[in-house]
Order: sequence, then C-alpha cells, then structure tokens
Amino acid sequence: MPKSLLLRGGRVLDPSTGIDGFFDLLIDDAQVRHVGRDLQAGDAVVIELARGLVVCPGFIDMHVHLREPGQEHKETVATGAAAAIAGGFTAVACMPNTDPVNDQAGITEFILKKAAAADKARVYPIGAVSRGSRGEQLADIAELHAAGVVALSDDGKPVASALLMRRALEYAGMFRMPVIDHCEEPTLKGEGVAHEGYHASLLGLKGIPAAAEEIMVARDVTLAGLTGGTLHIAHMSVEGSLRAVREGKDRGVRVTCEVTPHHVVLTDEALDGYDTNFKMNPPLREARHREALLGGLGDGTVDAIATDHAPHHYDEKGVEFDRAPFGIVGLETAVPLALDRLVHAGVVSMPRLVQLMSINPARILGVAGGTLAPGSPADLTILAPDLDTTVDPARFLSKSRNTPFGGWSLRGAVAATIVGGRILYAHSAFPALAAAKVARA
Amino acid sequence: MSAPSNLDRAESVGRPLREEPRPATRLRARHLLGIADLSAEEILLILDTAEAMKEIGARPIKKVPTLRGRTVVNLFFEPSTRTRTSFEIAEKRLSADTLGIAVGTSSVVKGETLADTALNLEAMAPDMIVIRHGSSGAPHLLSRICRSRIINAGDGMHEHPTQALLDAFTIRAHKGRIAGLKIAIVGDLLHSRVLRSNVLLLKRLGADVWVCGPPTLMLPGIEQFGVHATTSIDEALADADVVMMLRIQLERMQGGFFPSLREYFNVFGLTAERARRAKADAIIMHPGPMNRGVEIASDVADGPYSVILEQVANGVAVRMAVLYLLEGSVA
Ligand SMILES: [Zn+2]
Ligand SMILES: [Zn+2]
Repeated sequence: MPKSLLLRGGRVLDPSTGIDGFFDLLIDDAQVRHVGRDLQAGDAVVIELARGLVVCPGFIDMHVHLREPGQEHKETVATGAAAAIAGGFTAVACMPNTDPVNDQAGITEFILKKAAAADKARVYPIGAVSRGSRGEQLADIAELHAAGVVALSDDGKPVASALLMRRALEYAGMFRMPVIDHCEEPTLKGEGVAHEGYHASLLGLKGIPAAAEEIMVARDVTLAGLTGGTLHIAHMSVEGSLRAVREGKDRGVRVTCEVTPHHVVLTDEALDGYDTNFKMNPPLREARHREALLGGLGDGTVDAIATDHAPHHYDEKGVEFDRAPFGIVGLETAVPLALDRLVHAGVVSMPRLVQLMSINPARILGVAGGTLAPGSPADLTILAPDLDTTVDPARFLSKSRNTPFGGWSLRGAVAATIVGGRILYAHSAFPALAAAKVARA
Repeated sequence: MSAPSNLDRAESVGRPLREEPRPATRLRARHLLGIADLSAEEILLILDTAEAMKEIGARPIKKVPTLRGRTVVNLFFEPSTRTRTSFEIAEKRLSADTLGIAVGTSSVVKGETLADTALNLEAMAPDMIVIRHGSSGAPHLLSRICRSRIINAGDGMHEHPTQALLDAFTIRAHKGRIAGLKIAIVGDLLHSRVLRSNVLLLKRLGADVWVCGPPTLMLPGIEQFGVHATTSIDEALADADVVMMLRIQLERMQGGFFPSLREYFNVFGLTAERARRAKADAIIMHPGPMNRGVEIASDVADGPYSVILEQVANGVAVRMAVLYLLEGSVA
C-alpha cells in the first residue's frame, strides 16, 4: 500500500470537475481523497510543490506502439511503459500491430501481464478489428473485450473494405468500444512516402495526397452515422478530414479524432536532407494543413493529442528514405512540445490541453482517469510549464531514438508522474518530488 | 541539430538572374549532390572549366595528370551504360584510378545495406564516390556517412546534376547564353530527375522554362517551381530556342498514367511538323536513351537540329570539370 501523500502549493487544474486554483491535494489508498485548502496532513507525506507547477489528471496517450510481442529490438511493454512515465503519461493504449497481431485474448493477456510486471504506466491494449489485421474477417471481438482490450483498430493499415468497417462499427457497439481507423485510401497512397506537394516533388519522393486520408475519414463518418457505432480517427493530418469530422459531429455522429504533436509542429519542408526521422505515416503535411489542425485544436473539433509513438531501431531507419519504416517515437517529447508550441504559443489554454491529453482520451477509451474527483485513481501528471527542456534522445527510456526533435530547446517539462498514488517519475529540478519518488521505480 | 529548411532553395528556384554573376573560382561544397546546392556562379565555373576539359578531349593524347594517385569509385545501383561510361572516361582522362562497382557484382544483392556498403568502401579510402541509385536522397545518405567526396550520378526521381550541366553546356555552345532563352521540356515530368535538375539550373541562369506533359505526369506543386506548365505541346514549343524531350518509360503505361504509347506519341510526341513551331534555329535535345516513335520521331532525332550526340560528347568534358573542381573545393 503506497503512503498517503499531500501535495501542497501547486495549481490544481481539473476541467472535469471545474477545479482550477491553488489547492492542496490529498492522496490516500491510491486514490484522490480531497482537493481543498489547508488540508490536514495526518500521517501523509507532505510535498511542498515549487511555484508554478500544475497538478493535472494523468495524461493518457491513446495511440502508441509498444512492439511486444515480436519486435522487442524496437521496444518492449516495459521500456515503452517506462518511456511513458518519463514523458508524463500515466497510461497508454497500445496498438495491436505486433507480431503476432493482438487479435486474440492470449496476446492481450500477455501484454497485460508484461505491463503488470513492468509496473510503470497503465497499459490498455487495443485489439485488432480483423483477424491478423488482414482486413477480411472480424477478429474475436467478444473474447478480446473480455480479455481487456478497450478499443479496436487495424492501425498501420486502414480498414480498406467499407463493408468490414460497417460490420466492425456495428459489432463493436455491443461492447461500447470505439473503432479507431488509420484512414488512408490504399490505392491513392500507393508507394507514397511523403506528402504530395511541392516539397516531395522537389525531393523526388513519391507523394501521398491529402485526399487519400480525407476520403476514408468521410467514408468512416458516413458509416458511423449509418450504424450508430463509435468511431475514432487516428492521427488526423489534413484539413479535409477535419471538415468531415466537424460535419459528422454537427449532425450527431459519434466520432472523435486525435492529432499528433509532430503534425502540429512540423511541415513537409523538414524533409529536405532526407532524414528518415521525419518519415511517418501520415506524412508531414504542407503548412495549410498544419494551420487547419491548429485551428481544430483551438475550436474543439480535435478531441485528443496522441503521439503515435512508433519506435524503430536505428539500423532500420539508417537506410534510403523510401526504404525506411514510417514512424517516430513520441512519448518523451509530447508534453514539452505541447507546452511550448501549443500552450505558450497561444493555440490552446492549459485547461484545454488537459482535456486533449487526459480527460478526452479517458472518455473516448472508456477507461478510468481523466479526473481528480474524490475516489478516482490517483493518476496525476504534474507539469512544469516554464522549465526549459533540451531534447536529448540519448537519455530516452524508450529503446529507440528515432525522433526528429533531438537537440530542440522547448519551454515546458514534466515535473512528476504519479500512478496509483506512487510517484514513479520526478524531474531532478524538483527535489521535494524526487525525494518522495518510489525507490524501485 | 536544427530543423532543416529548404526555404532558401524554394525561393531561389523561381528567381531569375538579374545581373552578370561574379566569377567563382572554386566550389563551396565537398559534394555534388544536386544542382539545388550550386549558385549561378558555381554553375558557370563548371561550364567554363568544361570548355578547357573539352580541349583536352580534342588532343591526340587525351590525358592529363590532374587526378593522378586519386581513387574514384563508380558505385552504380542501376544499370546505366551512358552515364557510367562517361564518368569512367572522364576519370581516366584525368589519370584517376577508377573502380567500378555494379550492383550485380557487389554484396548489395546479399542484403547489405547502402550504409554498410559505403562504410566498406570507405575502408579502402577512395577520394570520391560517384553514385547512381534508385532511391532519391541516397547520395545524401552517403555524404553523411563517408569522408569521400560524393558525386550524384542520378538518384531516384530527385536529381541528375551532371546531366543538367552537360545540357547547359550544350545549349551554351549553340546559343552563347542561357538567360532569356525559351526552353521547352516535354515528357514524363513526374518521374524525371533530369527534369528537376534542369529546371533548377536553367531557372538559376535566367532561362524562360516551359514544361509540358500529360496532367497525370505533372509535378504536384509545379506552380511553385517558377516555370510555365502546360499540357499543350504546341504552346510549349511555340518560338522555343531549345526543345528537350524526356524519356517515357514503358512501365508508366502499365501504371495507368496514359492509355497507350500510340496515344502518347499522338498527343506529346515530337514530330517534324511540331518541331517547326519552335524557332528556326532551335536545337533538339534528349538525355537518352531514346524511345523512337514514343516521345520523339526518328526523323527529328536524326535530323539537322538534333544535338543529341553532342550531348553525349559534352558529358565527358562536364564530368571532368566536376571531378577536377570537387577535388579542389573549399571544404
Ligand atoms: Zn496509423
Ligand atoms: Zn499508429
């Protein structure tokens, strides 16, 4: 049983309960007990928080790839969960494109067992929509659900067949699970490796048109309307997709969507030089799409920020651009990027950031967290919005280093990550938190 | 590492040359990765140097000791008789020791990565590596790993800088200048590295560049390249000083870019009749290898305005100039 903790002196920010102010927060029995002024410490360990720290409900990254089973040279459940903690995430939802694919209860149970042994961030497995994610036949969804999956996705691939997508939305509705689609019309994507436009043309890289994504988002929104199912669009990258989601929401379709930090920070201009750490899918888009995503973050169309953490070994990335795998790691850079480029840049407010990174992911996945209401699990992210961060991939806890942000200086950091009432990560700049960190973590 | 940007490059694409550039005396970069990295002055330096190199080719003994004791590796991952031979002759005329590695004979076929191949070559300490590769950016990857100077002999759909330089050399030999000329480039724009290098070079030297091809083979974002783009070959050819035809690869038809080779020739092929729309003294160019009867009619290819074989001859002089100048580059 973890000790009781009393956090004092921080700005407690929880839009789910409407709390925003300087309060004490008492954690007891792995749960949030009280938020209020001048709470009695009793036998709790008192931690005086440094000025300027912000105590939020734990951040949840609803889109990561943990690579286990099958690709442990890139990442394991344990290293991924440790990277999550270091990045300020108390929970992650992991995509099923492992080897073998998480399309059966045995794999789900294996991942959950690894996560329990790692004892870091909570790990919520996402099950495959279709057997082997081959897009032909539904996976054993009831069994997957019973084993603990919280959503369904064939991520890495789109659900190419409209009929299968329809069935998945219908069937998953029985378990109140969202279907998360990686939207990309396969024939339009072709062998594309970069956003179709001026920069890909200049560099001689095969293009992926914005329409490849937009078409499938529009299709999926239509199918969600038809079936009443719950749809979530993964890593949305273009203006037209936002339009389709906005239109769906306006007429009551149950659709939500996420964007990644890299799509709101970078554009396809960054591809000059052919650094494969700028190669991801969907690709970095041209400026007008990035601006549209920023607009969607501001106006509420975008529901969540998720990293699409996609670790790859440097041997795999150190090849010709068109042969390199898609994807970058994101867990340990997301919070500084979001604070620097979104909050300090005036794109979103702090409360809105908490919605995007904690409350909404919890609600979309239907998992605990996303609130500091008394009785809820004591999963907290403590932010240091003004602490400077220099991204140093060599210090990542992830097994992989494939980030385009190495060396970037950003304003904003994670001060501490608390899961189940235990401080599992604390930044060295905050000795009071670091001293209370659980020893084995 | 800072976030790279090619804004400078993007802006310079469409910027015509306003005044006579000051002559450069050497190249700034260690490598020749693309025309994008060259200033107008550097391009002119290469062309001027190539004039001197051409003179060497006219001597009874076509050899100078300039690169004696230097080793040049020709690393070709794609078959290319013309470019590979041209580089080899250029290297030999400069007395370099040359080593040719074609993909079929190297360990690449056994699954070795490009990076490993490069590192193994490096262990033999070559001074320069000339690379032809099917992936755009492969020479850039090499330039990050190797100490050797890298010369791009064609990478994927990206650039083929020595081809554009020899084209410019040929144009200048006939027209005395590049600035102000109307130059029409017709064919498969999308997949052509020759097109990209030529557009960058010709724009940098102030030409009026027109590109023409089926809409399915047009470059996305072409409006940002600072060229005139049209699907009408008649419009592209009208009063052109130079007509450059690009190769159509047969697999493009299978890829659904156009219905048939016959229809392609009917709409975009260069016939004698169409060629008459260009200026009376226009020259007709082709980077080779040609598909007669697909992008160009035989009577045009073999006709009096064709400089296609001259291009091949000039290739040696231009590559000699590049080898020579890179050896003496600043970095
Ligand atoms: Zn995906
Ligand atoms: Zn993903």
